[in-house]
Amino acid sequence: MTHPTGSRINNDLLRPLLLTSWRFYVLVAFFGAFVAAGLIAWLSQIFFGFGISGLRWPVYWGFYVTNFVFWIGISHAGTLISAILRLVNAGWRRPVTRCAEVITVFALLIGAMFPLIHLGRPWLAFWLFPYPSERLIWPNFRSPLVWDFFAINTYLTGSILFLFLPMIPDFAVVRDRATGLRRRVYRVLALGWRGTPKQWHRLETAMQIMAIAIIPVAVSVHTIVSFDFSMAPVPMWNTTIFGPYFVAGAIFSGIAGLLIAMAALRKFLHLEEYLHPVHFENLGKLLLVMALLWGYFVFNERLVTYYGNGPAEMAVFRQTQWQSFAPLHWTMVFLNFVLPLTLMGIRKFRTIAGCVIASIGVIVGMWLERFLIIVPALGHKYLPYSYGTYRPEPVEIVITIASFAAMSLLYVLFAKFIPIISIWELKAGEHPPAPDLVPPATEEHRLGDLRL
Amino acid sequence: MPRWGMAVDLDRCNGCAACVVACHAENNISTVGADEAARGRAKHWLRIERYWEGEFPDARLTFRPVLCQHCDNAPCEPVCPTYASHHTEDGLNAQVYNRCIGTRYCANACPYNVRFFDFFNPSWDKPLHLQLNPDVSLREAGVMEKCTFCVQRIQAAGTQASAEEREVQDGEIQPACVQSCPSKALVFGDLDDPGSRVSQLSRSPRGSKLLEDVGTRPKITYLARQSQA
Repeated sequence: MTHPTGSRINNDLLRPLLLTSWRFYVLVAFFGAFVAAGLIAWLSQIFFGFGISGLRWPVYWGFYVTNFVFWIGISHAGTLISAILRLVNAGWRRPVTRCAEVITVFALLIGAMFPLIHLGRPWLAFWLFPYPSERLIWPNFRSPLVWDFFAINTYLTGSILFLFLPMIPDFAVVRDRATGLRRRVYRVLALGWRGTPKQWHRLETAMQIMAIAIIPVAVSVHTIVSFDFSMAPVPMWNTTIFGPYFVAGAIFSGIAGLLIAMAALRKFLHLEEYLHPVHFENLGKLLLVMALLWGYFVFNERLVTYYGNGPAEMAVFRQTQWQSFAPLHWTMVFLNFVLPLTLMGIRKFRTIAGCVIASIGVIVGMWLERFLIIVPALGHKYLPYSYGTYRPEPVEIVITIASFAAMSLLYVLFAKFIPIISIWELKAGEHPPAPDLVPPATEEHRLGDLRL
Repeated sequence: MPRWGMAVDLDRCNGCAACVVACHAENNISTVGADEAARGRAKHWLRIERYWEGEFPDARLTFRPVLCQHCDNAPCEPVCPTYASHHTEDGLNAQVYNRCIGTRYCANACPYNVRFFDFFNPSWDKPLHLQLNPDVSLREAGVMEKCTFCVQRIQAAGTQASAEEREVQDGEIQPACVQSCPSKALVFGDLDDPGSRVSQLSRSPRGSKLLEDVGTRPKITYLARQSQA
């Protein structure tokens, strides 16, 4: 295993910024077309009316809310994982943290779109904001949707800061090597970074504070998203397990998203010497842990419901377990539990390819999980006369696909304009460190080479 | 302050659905057409639930009119982020259409599924468009609508009574469903007035609430069937 050093790192990691291949334009056009299709779909939903979606009485939440929970879940990839790895000072984290933190910001942006897309009258969405109106009407602070608004905004602000802080020294590196307009843009972004000991010290302090502060925020965000369901007296929703269950599921799908992104970056940006198999193996082990945790939560939720045998809950339980939603349910169990357990549990399969296969499975499985939480419960709520079902229409499918394309597009653009691997952190991890490049306050970086 | 409530005598209900028709006419509930209705987009603020009991040939048909239960402890109210769904002083579950942004959370929280979403702007099959009620506002696409206990009639009766400097009499207010019921299965009135017919019926040993164990404290009392017919 070779470790690139010094100027090699600069050349390799800045190459995507300075040179543009035709592949970049093809990718942007490809993903951009899907995003445009999604925008058209949304506009036509506003224009023609919400009726072109597949929602119907009594299933009033469907694909859009599924996507909302799914993307907020994916956002737990980054900030949480990278904050934990920073705090335990895992040496192998260095090439991984930034691609993880970027996922958080973009997934949050996409996830936060869905509550707007799903509104009946999206042009009035600002009524959720606590702004002082002349009629003194505030949002209803008892509503979990208003809690969502605050939770997501807090997490988004925090994770943008958490992403931006460690980028400042890298912006300075780009600034020093670029010319013309590019130099001027990166000069603004670098915020006057000179690399003085005082600046390094402040950066380290700020990152320590953010890494600690962002963890409770991340945990609270998905707990509050779970409150959207668990606060309502709907069978199989109104349960205390949802908070930790959602947080665990979010981290689970987040790790899967991170693994897929890393594999794609490694292949397309030729980062084989930076993203080593050991990174995939370590994250694969984390995926395995989360798969076990997810399985534990599902087992708990299902067994307790079955044993308790409440008539309302059992109507939903039967639907998912062995009636109309059973094929989806057992696909979910296979993709979220059996597949990652096999691929990540057996060392032979814990390769990059194995990680990617397991991760794609987990992404699909976790999307299904959110769908299966929402739709069967709404369709089988108490009175048998009002049972109903739901089938997505093209507008919802197009917008769902567009959300994945938007994630890919934003990621491609980010990797084009900002070094996707933190240059200075990589250099700080070198043995022995180049003295002129290492920040003075990173003693602990060298001391701790903890491996998870 | 009155506390409006209703009693439904299931022994008297024969499932004729006159109340459903009257409700549509009184409250300007738009018709959605056969195709949309088949997709589950029909908006019946009041519906007749039909249940079969027993196996053929000993089957028995029972009906239950289900409308908004105007719960004292309504799950739809706290979840609304904009106070579109809120509790009035006289105990109604009001829905402020102009304040609704269409999160549809209230409909999910409602155990009775009596809240309906407007998927399109309202339209009526001719000639129904000529009989709209001027006292009831139309709902545009993207908002939730539901039974109001015919709040326009409650308001009108209150205004009339105060103009004549008297109290609203028991039985003076009749929501459209109550007025149209040929077998007088529905009774509306003030639950806080112990002498009113509705509070007498609500205290009947035959009375029960729908999904009482969910803890919503509904204001509609269903009087159980006694006849075997």
